[in-house]
Amino acid sequence: MKIEVRGLTKKFGSGTAVGNVSFVVHEGELLGLLGPSGSGKTTVLRLIAGLEVPTAGDIFIDGKRVNDLTVQERNIGFVFQHYALFKHLTVFDNIAFGLNIKKWNRRDIEQRVTELLALMSLEGLGGRYPHQLSGGQRQRVAIARALAPRPSVLLMDEPFGAVDAKVRQELREWLIRLHTDLNVTSLFVTHDQEEAMEVSGRIIVFSKGKLEQAGSPADVYEEPATEFVARFIGSMNIVAGVARRGQVQVGSLEFPAPGFPDGQTLQVGFRPYYVKVAEDPARYRQQAKLRHIYFLGVAYRLEIETPDGLILRSRMNKEEFRRCRFTVGQAVSFAVTHFRILPQEGTDGTISSETGKPITGPLTP
Amino acid sequence: MTSHLLLRLALRSAAVGYVLILIFLPLSALAHQSFAAGWDRFIQDLSAPQAAAALWLTVETAAIATAINALFGTLSALVLVRYEFPGRWLLNALVDLPFAIPTLVAGLMIAAIYGPTSLLGTWLQQGGMAVLYNQPGIILAMVFVTMPFTIRSLQPVLMGLERDQEEAAFTLGASPWITFCKVTVPSILPGLLTGVFLTFVRALGEFGSIVIVAGNIPMKTQVASVYVYGEIESYNPQAATSVSVLILLISFLVLLLLERLTRRPGERLPRWFQWTRQQDGRRAESAVPTAVV
Repeated sequence: MKIEVRGLTKKFGSGTAVGNVSFVVHEGELLGLLGPSGSGKTTVLRLIAGLEVPTAGDIFIDGKRVNDLTVQERNIGFVFQHYALFKHLTVFDNIAFGLNIKKWNRRDIEQRVTELLALMSLEGLGGRYPHQLSGGQRQRVAIARALAPRPSVLLMDEPFGAVDAKVRQELREWLIRLHTDLNVTSLFVTHDQEEAMEVSGRIIVFSKGKLEQAGSPADVYEEPATEFVARFIGSMNIVAGVARRGQVQVGSLEFPAPGFPDGQTLQVGFRPYYVKVAEDPARYRQQAKLRHIYFLGVAYRLEIETPDGLILRSRMNKEEFRRCRFTVGQAVSFAVTHFRILPQEGTDGTISSETGKPITGPLTP
Repeated sequence: MTSHLLLRLALRSAAVGYVLILIFLPLSALAHQSFAAGWDRFIQDLSAPQAAAALWLTVETAAIATAINALFGTLSALVLVRYEFPGRWLLNALVDLPFAIPTLVAGLMIAAIYGPTSLLGTWLQQGGMAVLYNQPGIILAMVFVTMPFTIRSLQPVLMGLERDQEEAAFTLGASPWITFCKVTVPSILPGLLTGVFLTFVRALGEFGSIVIVAGNIPMKTQVASVYVYGEIESYNPQAATSVSVLILLISFLVLLLLERLTRRPGERLPRWFQWTRQQDGRRAESAVPTAVV
């Protein structure tokens, strides 16, 4: 079922947790709400579930406005961050809880719970109590309990926040497979950008109660709409400079910025893998000193310092790194091959150039 | 190492000795005195019509007072923990008042409100619902004196209760009332049981407030503690100790039951049952299924 929110706003006291947010979760989609803690993403989830009452705005589930429906009437499945399993009930009774409330008959309940136990690979654990389970097992019981009454949408609050790193990775892959099999419209909240990128079909990035950007993981990563998104997702070099005659000058680096008025301060961002570094000082135009080399497992990260004192990060694959034979402290040359001019945080995500289009492009060294 | 062991031994002996001297010795002295004249005498003392009536009345009124405090104590604790309202701190402080004042004073307070000199008392009397010198007065005194038990044993449990379990029940379609019965109450049950059982045993033993409000009419409004007092006053310590021992016995059994009931669910399982479950668990240890279809 499709979920749509329009102009959703929630104020707590004098603070605004969610400010005028609108987005759509398409039918069968697995969508991630990403943002740092306190960005309002959990509040959005709770508003959709009906656990909070919005200050303004409308929520639609399957085209029907649900603002006036209670949480009980909305037919949603909710997975809580710390599982919220009923400690006094067995795994079986936890999963059967919603079915008992909906007055299913005993045989149907037994069949549905058995089916879910199998689906979640929890066979044989039906008689256990929550405190006798591992973190990953509890998580799966929580998902099974939410799915049991066949909800129209599944909402998950930091579904993997409370399990350790290794189990988290396995659970992610498992959740993707589960979603592919069941195809239930799902919305989950996470502060982990890597998790959001890996699990979601689409990501919505939040900051301070505002929607910063919505798009596929690739869109959000490659084309961050705001400085916040650029900083939050992945690693990015961000430098500031003043526009002058269609250019931004940052130390000895120059970036074309046509259409911006002279004197405007602009943020320029570029990913580390768009910073090419060579040991030959004549290879590229820009000069720098190599400050650190970090081994990342799949690649290397170089930290370089320009004569103006600018510190930039570069990412280099292993083959190239081996060809170059770098030593810390040596002089290197570098070039930035792609960049983006980022709008300021807090603006509505559009760039205030005359053309109104994001400025991005390759640079020739 | 040895000094450390000695210290532990000393601490343990001190704790055991403390309990022995303060509780066990007086208890056994009382029991000894009660049974000194033989078992038959004990039974005879208890089956005296006045004694039996007093005992029965005590158990009955204590049970009613306990039920009232279990219900309203739970509601009060919920309100005090969950709702913000002006004057909450004051109400919270007032809860302990029944513990802080002499029970005689509590009796006087009830007599002042419901007595024949007050408007309310006269009105109730005329309506045929006399509180003072009647059973409702006894129950009222017991309710007043034991009020803090349920509230104070529930408050910390309610504060520690995660709201998300209740919210999970809501999302699964459970109404607030169903959620309260099926999720909240089972979660706070150990605290509730502690409060209820302490209320009951405390009500059984209440004397000071009841002696003032009950009127102490034998066979009608005389409770066990007042009966014991009367027997001592009329130089019949034998009957007094027999009734006292029975009251003690009931209280002790109730407290033992409480100890038993407030264990965690996993602990109560027989050993062999746990063992089979552990076997089961080891088989399904992997945190995540490898194949999901």
